Amino acid sequence: MVTVKFFAQLREAAGTDSVEVAATDLEHLYAVLEQVLGPDMSDQLRAENVRVAVNQDIVSANTTLRAGDEVAFLPPVTGG
Amino acid sequence: MDPRIRIQEEDFDVANSYAELRDEAGADAGAVVTFVGLVRDRNSLAGDGSEVNTLTLEHYPGMTESSIAAILDEAQQRWPVPWVKVVHRVGELRPKEQIVLVMVASAHRDAAFAAAEFIMDYLKTNAVLWKRELTKGGESWLTSTAQDATRTKKWQRTSN
Repeated sequence: MVTVKFFAQLREAAGTDSVEVAATDLEHLYAVLEQVLGPDMSDQLRAENVRVAVNQDIVSANTTLRAGDEVAFLPPVTGG
Repeated sequence: MDPRIRIQEEDFDVANSYAELRDEAGADAGAVVTFVGLVRDRNSLAGDGSEVNTLTLEHYPGMTESSIAAILDEAQQRWPVPWVKVVHRVGELRPKEQIVLVMVASAHRDAAFAAAEFIMDYLKTNAVLWKRELTKGGESWLTSTAQDATRTKKWQRTSN
């Protein structure tokens, strides 16, 4: 199982801050999340301005996932 | 834990951070630049000028710190600023409250001024933090502005 975390507007859209699902890589995870959360949420997660972090490192290509990994979907950030 | 960075819900005392920084820097520092960001009561980003009730900051423990550490690392590579501190608040904030502290010490003022500005510009566009603004008109998640992006890009064109 991998832990999937949602932040800000994605957390609100998902209605939860995290889910636990089984997935072998990121592409598989998108497909699983589409099943679990629906196509609208899936579109939001795939939006160009949403970054993906695996174990807190940003990834830009498909990545193999292992049990216990933490995948986070990060909408556009702003601090300061 | 990175001793340069604090993410906290509580308010901060500028005088305490200043005393700590002077203590760390000793007689090698000739300049300290301090920036404090405050919550305003008007939303200018959305352009409707509506009154801000609360600003809520969400963070991702661990990644928020590492994203800020990367900004400080870059600032310290560009300028001789051995002593830097960032305190960033999270949680629910009201107008007039302090939100962020950036403090930079160096031997001479030019490096401290430049590094402090660089760090603030990058906090706006690169720090892993999210802001939700509650106004009379409703709630909205803020994004960094086009102006913020322009300021960050400016640093990418100049070596320092």
